Amino acid sequence: MVKVENISKAFKKVQALNDVSFHAEKGELFGIIGPDGAGKTTLFRIMTTLTIPDNGSVLINNRSILKDYMEIRKNIGYMPGRFALYQDLTVEENLNFFASVFNTTIEENYHLVKGIYSHIAPFKNRKAGKLSGGMKQKLALSCALIHKPEVLFLDEPTTGVDPVSRKEFWDMLYDLKNMGITIIVSTPYMDEASRCDRIALIKNGAFIDVDTPENIINNFKQTLIALKADNMRQLLKDVRKCSQIKSAFAFGAEIHAVIDDEDKIEDINNQLKNLDHKNIEIYRISPAIEDCYIWSR
Amino acid sequence: MKQLLSFIKKEVLHIIRDKRTILILLIMPVVQIMLFGFAMTLEVKNIRVAVSYQYGDELAEKITARISASEYFDIVKTINNPINISSYFIKEKIDTVIVFSDGFSNEIYKGGTPAVQIINDASDPNQASTVTSYISAIISSFQNEIAGAASPVRINTELKMLYNPELKGSYNFVPGVMALVLTLICAMMTSISIVREKEFGTMELLLVSPMKPAYIIISKIVPYFIISTINLLTIIALAVMLLDMPVRGSFTLLMGVSFLFIFVSLTVGIFISSLVANQAAAMLIAGMGMMLPVMLLSGMLFPLDSMPKFLQVIADFVPASWYFTAVKKIMIEGQGFMNITKEIIILNIMLAVLVIASIKKFKVRLG
Amino acid sequence: MEQVIVTNNLTKKFGSFTAVDNISFYVEKGEIFGFLGANGAGKTTAMRMLCGLSKPTAGSGSVAGYDISKEYEKIKKNIGYMSQKFSLYEDLTVSENIKLFAGIYGMPLKKIKEKSAQILERLELTDRKDTLVKYIPTGWKQKLAFSVAVFHEPKIVFLDEPTGGVDPEARRQFWEMIYEAADNGITIFVTTHYMDEAEYCDRISIMVQGKIAALAAPKDMKKEYNAATMDEVFRKLVAGTFNQE
Repeated sequence: MVKVENISKAFKKVQALNDVSFHAEKGELFGIIGPDGAGKTTLFRIMTTLTIPDNGSVLINNRSILKDYMEIRKNIGYMPGRFALYQDLTVEENLNFFASVFNTTIEENYHLVKGIYSHIAPFKNRKAGKLSGGMKQKLALSCALIHKPEVLFLDEPTTGVDPVSRKEFWDMLYDLKNMGITIIVSTPYMDEASRCDRIALIKNGAFIDVDTPENIINNFKQTLIALKADNMRQLLKDVRKCSQIKSAFAFGAEIHAVIDDEDKIEDINNQLKNLDHKNIEIYRISPAIEDCYIWSR
Repeated sequence: MKQLLSFIKKEVLHIIRDKRTILILLIMPVVQIMLFGFAMTLEVKNIRVAVSYQYGDELAEKITARISASEYFDIVKTINNPINISSYFIKEKIDTVIVFSDGFSNEIYKGGTPAVQIINDASDPNQASTVTSYISAIISSFQNEIAGAASPVRINTELKMLYNPELKGSYNFVPGVMALVLTLICAMMTSISIVREKEFGTMELLLVSPMKPAYIIISKIVPYFIISTINLLTIIALAVMLLDMPVRGSFTLLMGVSFLFIFVSLTVGIFISSLVANQAAAMLIAGMGMMLPVMLLSGMLFPLDSMPKFLQVIADFVPASWYFTAVKKIMIEGQGFMNITKEIIILNIMLAVLVIASIKKFKVRLG
Repeated sequence: MEQVIVTNNLTKKFGSFTAVDNISFYVEKGEIFGFLGANGAGKTTAMRMLCGLSKPTAGSGSVAGYDISKEYEKIKKNIGYMSQKFSLYEDLTVSENIKLFAGIYGMPLKKIKEKSAQILERLELTDRKDTLVKYIPTGWKQKLAFSVAVFHEPKIVFLDEPTGGVDPEARRQFWEMIYEAADNGITIFVTTHYMDEAEYCDRISIMVQGKIAALAAPKDMKKEYNAATMDEVFRKLVAGTFNQE
């Protein structure tokens, strides 16, 4: 459905994208995961026909973004990073407007947005600018969906959103995926990777990996351990001094570290004991996507 | 078509939701007319005049009496010896001194050309030039009466006499206010409303939709075209009823030229919006960049003839100056279509250039 | 231990809507205090009151020993502030930004020179000190913003989602800078949507609909709610109220 091949794009000094490729199949929920400034938005603008790449090609349902952009525009839905809504129009006016822009009506495709729109329908006469963040997001998603797009492009829909609202948003995406809509979504939150069918990890304009989250985790070839003790801040400093440890970072209530060899755990434990750490726990763990991102290459 | 209609509806909603702006838009022309018509008029009143002529000169005395009878002038001093005139300006707060040459009456009876010197306090150049033309007008009318011959007085005075017999300054302002208000509403408001979509990110959505760019532009134009027409009619009505401004020429022609100018200004707005990325910049360019040339270079405040050559050349590129001239010709001088073909042709060329430039500049993609 | 932030029944109403509802808590000197909550729970409103930007409707509070309703000018001199949205001027260079913010707080010129050299060295930005901030990667930008926010050695620094969108490695380096500042006696008041970062705080509070629903050390809170991670605690506390207007 979406074929991105060898895309590169530079803006003056900055190489925003460097030889990026991936395919997303029909009905797939594909995540592009990486921090701000990695090139996610540039990639989305290229895929949605807004920006022309320096190199490479993009086909959306076999239509080229260069030649057939008008045809593509009829058949995709796009939700940019910030909520692009008319703040001074009401909820209903916004939805109506976007429906007529695509030559359709709310009634025609109501079944598509029903699950999402029903949450905001009670406020349909309220101006979009007066909605809470979560409500705005639902309205923007409804507007992007109202013309029954083949592919839905969502650029950072969950940035700055609290964990509970984020989970709820992903549940909505699942419902849409089950209706057969192909979804390309970007996010800076690594923990959302597990909710995608397949993901691309993007770093400084290039993909580090494109695969299912499981495969990315299974392909992590380094030895990863978790460490805990009573004084975590001191522990991080001391762990960094251990010669057996290549690098270490805080990960929530644990410290994650990469070591050469699992056999060295005992050594490390002894060293830390000698430094007066209490209740030391060290154990081998399998990585999360965030570990894969940090220790890639 | 349905797409376009719903887009226009959306634009109308934007405008009527923004109560403050719509109020300003509709009241602005009224305030401008009031300001320019009454308060800021360049009409001169109670000018302090001193006259100097040879004692007993009959005609000089008569002219002085006539000047004195005018509501504009107060004769505060009669001098018999025109020496050290500059001291009167300071001591007596005199604005103007009129000096008749010795033997003024005799010279006229002989059929010669007597000299009258008008000395002005030119620290206010506008007032000075107005005073000069008023006085020379009075003198020349007097001359006509007694001599029955063509007067050697300058042509520009003649024109003012013909079309503006009461020498009312406010006449010039009405075409000026029309040009100003139409420029502001069309150029500034259209560019702001397009740029606002860029700023809020909705332009991104519109571009990604199958909406034709022409539809986006047309729907931005329609509401402001309507508002401009309302303003235009308001200004004309106020000018006619409050300022006794005549519409000597054809009303249809006036509206036709005005619509042409409205389209030019709308395309200027669209062109500006393709150059800038945020509302503040649009406001600055359309507001300052358009308003100042309209005020300064259209001829509404300062006559173009008296400007340096290079400013006149710049003024030729300001659409408002052509519109201003055309409106003046129609309303005040009552001239017909044949006499304003030059203005109409130039405005049409400007429109064509702007439309082409805007189409070239309007991007179907982001930069 | 010295309490640098104290609030008593602090309340803020907007019309009939109560954004912050009767909250009372304290933060000790050198503590890293995590201020969590769902979007719209009242975190920003509460933080504004503490920074002296907004006047409480009822209740009282003090920050750095000054009354938040009356002595807000003094408060502003004693706090640092940094948010994800705005922290540095993008069109100024790195060293111009440092000088500007140091100047705003009236630091002597000699000290500005000395300390900005230190900061540039620490952040490994010395080579890029004349680069415009907009050309610097987000992670670095945030670290620089934090250095600038603590440049004038404030008693307390308020951080509003400082690590949003920052890459995982830079995010962790950022927290190591926070630790260091806390070790130097600077109190840290921080909001975040990353639940792993909640674990790095000494104590955290979770706001739900304008009230503080829970306040404890992460360890104790997980025990109390019988949860393995802070993420779980958060979901348990906040989930019930979601989807309301």
